[in-house]
Amino acid sequence: MTNDTHIPAPVSDDVKTLSAELAEPLAAELGLSPKEYEGVVATQGRLPSLTELYVYSLMWSEHCSYKHSKKQLRAFSSTGKHVLQGPGENAGVISVGDGWAVAFKMESHNHPSAIEPFQGAATGVGGIVRDIFTMGARPVAILDSLRFGTLDKPRQRYLFDGSVAGIGAYGNCLGVPTVGGEVYFDAAYEGNCLINAMAIGLMREEELTRAVGSGPGNHVVLIGSSTGRDGIGGASVLASQEFDEAAEDKRPAVQVGDPFEEKLLIEVCLELLKAGKLVALGDLGAAGLTSSASEMASRGGVGIDIDVRKIPQREDGMQPFEIMVSESQERMLAVVAPEDLDEVARRCARWGVACSPIGRITDTGRFVVRDSDLPAGLDIVADMPAEMLASSAPEYDPAMSRPSWLDELHEHPLDFVYATAAGGNSGGDDGGVGDGGVDDATDGAGAPFNAALRALLTSPNICSRAWIWRQYDHQVQNNTVVLPGADAAVLRIGDTGRGEVGTRGIAASTDCNGRYCYLDPWTGAQIALAEGMRNLACVGAEPAAITDCLNFGNPEKPEVFYCFSQAVEGLASACRHFGIPVISGNVSFYNESFGNAIYPTPTVGIVGIIEDIAKVATSSFKQAGDTIILVGETLDELGGSEYLCVTHGLVAGRPPSLDLKLEGDVQAAVREAVRAGLLESAHDCSEGGLAIALAECCVQGGIGAAVVLDDGLPQVSSLFAESQSRIVVSVADAGVEPFIDLLVAHAVPYSVIGETGGDRLVVEGALNMPLERMRALYEDTLEDLVTRR
Amino acid sequence: MGTQGCRFGVVVFPGSNCEQDVISALRHLGLEASYVWHQDTDLSGYDALVLPGGFSYGDYLRCGAVARFSPVMEEVVRFAGAGRPVIGICNGFQVLTEARLLPGALIRNRRLKFICAPVPLRVEKSVCTWLDLPEGTVLTLPINHNEGNYTCDDHTLAELVEGGQVVLRYCLPDGTRPPGGCAPNGSLDDIAGICNAAGNVFGLMPHPERAVDGISGCTDGAGFFSAVVASAREVVGR
Amino acid sequence: MRHYQIHVTAKKGIFDPAGTTAQHALENLGYDGVRGVKIGKLIELAADDSVTADEVAQMCARLLANPVIEDFDIKEA
Repeated sequence: MTNDTHIPAPVSDDVKTLSAELAEPLAAELGLSPKEYEGVVATQGRLPSLTELYVYSLMWSEHCSYKHSKKQLRAFSSTGKHVLQGPGENAGVISVGDGWAVAFKMESHNHPSAIEPFQGAATGVGGIVRDIFTMGARPVAILDSLRFGTLDKPRQRYLFDGSVAGIGAYGNCLGVPTVGGEVYFDAAYEGNCLINAMAIGLMREEELTRAVGSGPGNHVVLIGSSTGRDGIGGASVLASQEFDEAAEDKRPAVQVGDPFEEKLLIEVCLELLKAGKLVALGDLGAAGLTSSASEMASRGGVGIDIDVRKIPQREDGMQPFEIMVSESQERMLAVVAPEDLDEVARRCARWGVACSPIGRITDTGRFVVRDSDLPAGLDIVADMPAEMLASSAPEYDPAMSRPSWLDELHEHPLDFVYATAAGGNSGGDDGGVGDGGVDDATDGAGAPFNAALRALLTSPNICSRAWIWRQYDHQVQNNTVVLPGADAAVLRIGDTGRGEVGTRGIAASTDCNGRYCYLDPWTGAQIALAEGMRNLACVGAEPAAITDCLNFGNPEKPEVFYCFSQAVEGLASACRHFGIPVISGNVSFYNESFGNAIYPTPTVGIVGIIEDIAKVATSSFKQAGDTIILVGETLDELGGSEYLCVTHGLVAGRPPSLDLKLEGDVQAAVREAVRAGLLESAHDCSEGGLAIALAECCVQGGIGAAVVLDDGLPQVSSLFAESQSRIVVSVADAGVEPFIDLLVAHAVPYSVIGETGGDRLVVEGALNMPLERMRALYEDTLEDLVTRR
Repeated sequence: MGTQGCRFGVVVFPGSNCEQDVISALRHLGLEASYVWHQDTDLSGYDALVLPGGFSYGDYLRCGAVARFSPVMEEVVRFAGAGRPVIGICNGFQVLTEARLLPGALIRNRRLKFICAPVPLRVEKSVCTWLDLPEGTVLTLPINHNEGNYTCDDHTLAELVEGGQVVLRYCLPDGTRPPGGCAPNGSLDDIAGICNAAGNVFGLMPHPERAVDGISGCTDGAGFFSAVVASAREVVGR
Repeated sequence: MRHYQIHVTAKKGIFDPAGTTAQHALENLGYDGVRGVKIGKLIELAADDSVTADEVAQMCARLLANPVIEDFDIKEA
């Protein structure tokens, strides 16, 4: 690559192709179906070479090609007033005002984390952060949506503890705050934990960069770590053990992350982009160089010609195909104009980052891979049409059938719940819980649901997550306005380094109740969006766009695919209703073990805009004497509730219903009130229902409450039903009238349910528990569960 | 207070990640501040130096162990030797101990977990020129570290205590300390920050720069930077 | 080329949180006889023959170990 003007033409005839006898079985081992293999031969117009076969198998794998989900995903709308970049790039980008733009995306790293939780989760964070700064944005926040089996199992504790440590280790070292997320524990995730990492980046609108290769003659430059055999097959293709019997120890499935290298990459890449020294930038994620190089070429309608021997290698004797499919972490691919190459090398050296020109952009439209160790003229090991490789992957229409379990679950009788719940009538006892009524005396009398409240406060799905986020640096960059543990994370935006800080902010949240999706994938997916939006409304943010991470079982099973299809349609229709674009996302299939699929888990990551960060609300009660108002309406809906699961060990019924119109009105009213400064606190009612929402407001604020519920429902439903579109707010005297006017104007149902104050949560005739007791139960549970022997 | 004549240099090592937070805190306070690259060896333009938090060189061998050999550090040692003010925050504190500008070492937190939380701290009577607050003042500042567990031998501890070199201790919200200690990371004698015998080199695990502009709901960090302006000017004036 | 194995361990009297935690964990697993666990690190160093043993010791004292909290032991493999 010394002659700047010479652009090598493809010499397809010289590629050493495999014989059909070798190629066919290898294709099968690499996960290509016979039909897909035929497609490879047809696309190439001849038999493939070894390297080509590997490249195709990766590019046409589910992970890279979305061949099972593509059709469904077209239901998502990705346009909207804020959208600067929709799906198809490394991350989506929205405009958030004042010339600022935000890039964000969520991605799964489930399979690696199930094998090695620390490195799996850490490299999950590393990958999603690269997707963000690739776009030209400085990473400013990480959120994580996690699912594990129940913590009574030692392996689940190991996975949970290790994943949290890995996320912390990577994000903390990068200096990107981990500001939010969620975690659920359910036996459905025992064989397949879910690690969904979301990253958010900030830039000026004009700094938006795309991974579009252009300018034949330009250099293709690899920046960052050297390339080893780590992670080969991580993108799910190399399921075979036989292709190289001795190779097992050479191919660790899980990559090891180097957050220090990534921190340097962030700095040097952003510096190079700002200086205008890069024509294009992409990261090497799943399928490594294969995917990033071919996508960069196909997006730009150009060709790319690289020499694997110019790539710094960590190990001796790596074959071209190994180099092409390696998933070694912390590597970036850049396109650099010849006149800028020296400057790029100089700046990389200053940061101590390796920078290797490995090839050129060409005008041939071909993706050519060379091995310069081979004699000239025989050095081409792969020569493929870049555009076809990236975009002509097969597309499937998997069979679907409605799972029989849905009807069974929906029709499961729940009447017994009311009977047993009403059975208890003194402190510390109610049906089904029976934790001995340890604190009959302290809890106070006339509190038949105290035991249920205790059970819920100590449910791993509800209790405080402080044990997790204390391990994450959630404040670095000094823009975290609302700390983790709130309904949504809130970040100040602006160029703090230059002392330019405005009033503008963004809010973010991740949400999905997998249990609801299991009971009804359509409604469950809609609720995931509704709850995310509601969380934003609680802090006063206007939702702008979402990213999604669709975690499902094996799509080739008709029942699984039915659930997938329902969830996508449900989510897409709710997005359309609210005018929320889906700007990025990821599908993770095959989350199954021993034939059991996880709950359908379409996780939604949402970002919203806040005009004035001085006017956000948080969930904690602020002072005694405020009026507590329940915005929205409780229905008699215990199906799929945490109460049902905790007190009766039952996952059944229908999930709560969702009225999109009401949801929008509730959010609009509360958001407007937060922005007008009318509310002292706002908190979404979700798992555990109104009782838990109230308990959380009390515990977080250190202030009690006296509440009367007269909604005409059975008490157990008033307290624990998980009806949607509800927000608990507290309002100071002066705000009550204007707030109620606002609710009336939005035609939103509401009830004034009580007043803040005292050192207990009292719900007349139902609950009576000291704050200190609730705090201890709520705060200490998670650590106790993780560290118990 | 005027700030002319006191220019802060914020040293950037590969892997530092709080340098921007420090710069923005200093500028918020109206102080002059700029970055010092770890390969720079001319510190003549600065009156006070900040070694910020982060993970210099990935903290891979030991926290601060590699950064300590950066070209700039020789000059930092000289700068400190001349009595000029140097503060090391979190990873910066670790670098200062590795460079032997401060005694002792910072090892892994007792419970082996990274801790990110606001903590109460008690200002001790010390010779430290960075802090001009009365003994017994209780401050709240965030800590964010995995290796903040201060340790040293008995002799060194006795010297620190006698020499007024213990600047900050972890405490309960009312400023007291229980007999068994209360450092969340297990620090010896609840030590959160120490200075050298001369008082101009100060290392601490908490992050004052995150408690300056009030975004975290706290401004207790402001005093850490303003107080040194006067003493820096004094050194310059000598 | 010479190959050295350098063991770095916590100095006597310096608290070793990782070792202590591992010891407790072993006790909890029912191994009653465990009387101490120290966790250190093993550094494998390859150097030209021209590098003297003294120089390797210096490397340890200056960078590879922190004598304030760590002991080191050099063995030529």
